[in-house]
Amino acid sequence: MTDVLVCLKRVPDSSSEVVLTPDAQAVDGRFSGWTVSPHENCAVELAIRIAQDTGGSATVLTLGPEDAVDQLRGALALGCTGAVHIVAESAAYGPADVAREIAAVVASHEDEGRSYDLVLLGNDASDSGDFQVGVRLSYLLERPVVGGVNLVTVEGSEVTAVGEGADGRETYQVPLPAVVAVMEGGVDPRYPTVSGRMKAKKIEIETRSPVAEPSGAVRQRLTLPPPAPSSVQVLGEGVEAVPALREVLVNLGVVK
Amino acid sequence: MIVVLVETENDSVAEVSLETLTFARGLGDAGGGIPVDAVVCGALPDSVVSELASAGVRTVYHAGGPDFEAYGGGAWASAVQDAREQAGAVVVTAAGTNRGNEVLAHLAARWDVPMAANVLSFAGLSPFTVTRQVMGGAALEEMTLSKRPAVFSVAGHAVQASPAGAQGDASVVELSPSLSERDRVARVASASGADTGDADGLKDAKVVVGAGRGAGGPGGFSGVDDLASALGGKVGVSRVVTSLGWRPHHEQVGQTGTRISPDVYVACGISGAIQHWAGCASSKVIIAVNTDPEAPMVTKADYAVIGDMHEVIPALMESLR
Repeated sequence: MTDVLVCLKRVPDSSSEVVLTPDAQAVDGRFSGWTVSPHENCAVELAIRIAQDTGGSATVLTLGPEDAVDQLRGALALGCTGAVHIVAESAAYGPADVAREIAAVVASHEDEGRSYDLVLLGNDASDSGDFQVGVRLSYLLERPVVGGVNLVTVEGSEVTAVGEGADGRETYQVPLPAVVAVMEGGVDPRYPTVSGRMKAKKIEIETRSPVAEPSGAVRQRLTLPPPAPSSVQVLGEGVEAVPALREVLVNLGVVK
Repeated sequence: MIVVLVETENDSVAEVSLETLTFARGLGDAGGGIPVDAVVCGALPDSVVSELASAGVRTVYHAGGPDFEAYGGGAWASAVQDAREQAGAVVVTAAGTNRGNEVLAHLAARWDVPMAANVLSFAGLSPFTVTRQVMGGAALEEMTLSKRPAVFSVAGHAVQASPAGAQGDASVVELSPSLSERDRVARVASASGADTGDADGLKDAKVVVGAGRGAGGPGGFSGVDDLASALGGKVGVSRVVTSLGWRPHHEQVGQTGTRISPDVYVACGISGAIQHWAGCASSKVIIAVNTDPEAPMVTKADYAVIGDMHEVIPALMESLR
């Protein structure tokens, strides 16, 4: 029976144009909408699978403003059975702050007799791309950590994590309790069912306040890269452009 | 002193590490001639030492033996930590790979200092300010790393790798870092190249033929496969293609897939969303085939054919025969 805590972050949807807040401190999600990083969608899927396979539980956690509850409800609709919301303006929280707040929840729940065997996180958030929260959390919890994996299974007191690394398909076998940072690619996240959505609405979400003031990131400002001037050479339309296309490929040396 | 964690591939220094060494040399030069040292974990063939010497490294710190034969983030971090102490380094850096970022995250946690991932450039030394990619490169972040050591990784292709001006020899210093039990267990237990799909081939391919939603379905890739084969390249796809289950994830090009830098990228039926652009922006020449002349992939490309990939590719294949 494996109890999993899976952590996710509300991030701006980056599939459309990126707009910055007036103080250039954040991406303005009011224009893009909000979502969850692909890595974290896979972490949620793995958490649910592990909980179901072992008869355990999958609790989802986020640190974010009031309306980040939408992302928690989304994970509950998929099959997570509990949720914790640390209500805070996440833009003020750097990776070390976030790791500290997650560690505080783990410790607090452990004091209440609710310990987590495994903490899953996304390898890196799609907005900040810090690559640090999982590792920093592992030091605070004094647990082993592996990252960059996309398949995670638990058997007995050991977690097996597999990913594509520099040496091919790499396998880690680590004793529980542990921290694992997940990448997209190993599993297909499920879609919520109607009954799942209905059930999610009824689950009580534990709300908490941060345990400490954030020390913040060391961000000075965000900027947008200048748009590169378009220098596209249109070779033509449809099949009539094929001779010109072939000539380009010849000139580039990929066709003889 | 600047210490660089160096990754190796097939008895050579990985290209991303050569880029990082080039970046570090630039930083050292701007600082008035700060030397650059390297750390290598695992095997250290003579060929790597020679390459590092050519890259301007004078001291190679090496952690070998059973604890370093297989990758482990904590163990590698302990090696860099030892090297940093011996060298008295004020800057510790690595390539912005999963390994590089993970090892640096261990160090940042141990030293309680900030870490900047995927840095593109430095804007100043006092205070030490760097610019890095966020949102997959759709935005840039300026960060000031005032604590020492400054810890940051260098984004792939942030600089072009180049040899140092002066040639010399590099000496090797063996490290014996002490490891915690957590560091020992969190390491690769086994590795196999048999099931990796074609991910590595895609990353290193000189030609990539990409396809997106315009393929129309899992059956819409035969022309793409044929063209990739004819051009001696690999197939890369957009995220929507893998999300729909049309092609496997190891072919995905983008922010959460493989980042490619081919000589030629032929992007067929791909709109060019930010996430995809993050993975292909380093291509030297981009050729877009798309029905929409306003698609970002078209406007950002070097060459474009406005048309249906299902018509253009077969006609091109016919002309290549």
